[in-house]
Amino acid sequence: MSFEIEKVAELARIRLTPDEKNKLQSDLGAILGYVEKLKSVDTSQVSETSHVMDLTNVFREDKVLPSDVSAAVLRAAPDRDGKFFRVPKTVER
Amino acid sequence: MTTVYEAVIGLEVHVQLDTHSKIFCACSTKFGSEPNANTCPVCLGLPGSLPVLNGQALHLAVKVGIALNCEISKRLKFDRKNYFYPDLPKAYQISQFDQPVNGAGWLLIETRSEDGSWKEKKIGIHRAHLEEDAGKLLHEGIEGASLVDFNRAGVPLLEIVSDPDLSSPEEAYAYLTSLKAILQYLEVSDCNMEEGSLRCDANVSIRKRGDKNLGTKTEIKNLNSFKNVQRAIQYEIERQTELVEGGGRVIQETRLWNDVKAQTFVMRSKEQAHDYRYFPEPDLVPLTIESAAIEAIRKELPELPAAKAARFRKDYGLGDYDASVLVQEKALAAYFEQAIKAHANAKMISNWMQSELLALLNSKKLAIQSSPVSAQALAGLVALIESGTISGKIAKDVLPVMFETGQTAQEVVREKGWVQVTDESLIETIADKIIADNSQSVQDYRAGKKQALGFLVGQMMKASQGKVNPKLANEVLARKIGV
Repeated sequence: MSFEIEKVAELARIRLTPDEKNKLQSDLGAILGYVEKLKSVDTSQVSETSHVMDLTNVFREDKVLPSDVSAAVLRAAPDRDGKFFRVPKTVER
Repeated sequence: MTTVYEAVIGLEVHVQLDTHSKIFCACSTKFGSEPNANTCPVCLGLPGSLPVLNGQALHLAVKVGIALNCEISKRLKFDRKNYFYPDLPKAYQISQFDQPVNGAGWLLIETRSEDGSWKEKKIGIHRAHLEEDAGKLLHEGIEGASLVDFNRAGVPLLEIVSDPDLSSPEEAYAYLTSLKAILQYLEVSDCNMEEGSLRCDANVSIRKRGDKNLGTKTEIKNLNSFKNVQRAIQYEIERQTELVEGGGRVIQETRLWNDVKAQTFVMRSKEQAHDYRYFPEPDLVPLTIESAAIEAIRKELPELPAAKAARFRKDYGLGDYDASVLVQEKALAAYFEQAIKAHANAKMISNWMQSELLALLNSKKLAIQSSPVSAQALAGLVALIESGTISGKIAKDVLPVMFETGQTAQEVVREKGWVQVTDESLIETIADKIIADNSQSVQDYRAGKKQALGFLVGQMMKASQGKVNPKLANEVLARKIGV
């Protein structure tokens, strides 16, 4: 199974050494090859699905329920400034 | 822009749907709360939390879809749109990829043609899908870091994408005005641009007139008002035209509008399209919408602006322009209909609303709903003009007093003694004096110069501080001078 390991690494924002690249290329290739086997299954009688559970139309009522986690989450955050989360300056690309 | 090129414009509008709670969790959507106050494990993307769709968000989305003549999907699902940016705690946004709630539709806009007449144009809606909003990042004045507020993260949005059917900045403006009116009639959003409940991005390209292929487009962001959308598109068309005429080529990129400099600046190059790796959101189950449910929602729809304008033209004999101004806001149209119920002179009420009343409201930054002059009171003023009790000129002084004091037109006229003089003997006395004082004009009139009479009537109006009934003044003068 061939795929562009470098593109995948870039999309995942990770840097790979040549060794890692080779190893991942073969590991991920094997996984994708395994999944590829699914293509041989005859699905002509199976309706298209996007979810494994036989459930549709699960809704929540439009009601506000306060949650009290925000202070705890802020405290646990790697960095914060008052009530804001603080993150390294990011340039969108 | 030279006539060699034509512009091709498409708009993406994000509108916040007016729900109490977020789209996938029970946090409040209230604007202006303390940073991160309206957050929970779901919208903070904590492990183990699961989103559940707010039924009302879907309901409102379908309502918009019906109003925009969209094909409503019978089956729909949500997908993950993956990208790295700290405004999303999950590193993906839940959106809709290949099964949006609303498919192709259209809406009508009205634009003025070169000869000044109004014409309708059908603008295609490509799709309108549901998604969650992202958080807000603050960069200003912070060294080497950004601050994040997730209150907006998970607020329900409907992204309405137009077809590239718009061909001028004016048409883009008309599209936005028309879309906003529909959204407000439906009461699905407050459409407040300052609070971010309505946001717009514009895709602009140019091509040789008659060319079938689309040119390379740029996307303009940071448009915070409809006027700025229009200005930015105008600027961008000129920039692209100059570039192409100078032998250059347009590069596909995202540009930011700078309001102060009145220019667009490149934000990021889009030569390589984003790879969002959409895939079905496994945490949400698929949805079906039955035809019966769509029909039930269709029944909830109010009369929409275009239909109302058509009715105003037909039933009240209003012109295209007047009708389209009055229906732009639901409350304005309601005010108009209340007023003509009290006094059935549609044309005059429309004129008084559009010229005098709206000017007074604008000067005090008041919405029509909070007008100190009620619809019935405005109708009363028009009735006094029509019955000849006051002149139109006096009425222009009466309305501001009504506006200030909340009195009826009759009360103001009585209190100020502004009743129009219809007593003929009094009018004759004034006429005699004017004739005596303006012998030259009298001679001119007798010599056949008809407009001299107008001048003399004017003098009578002046002498009586506008209280003389102009029609009577005319008659009396003509009779006295005699020809």
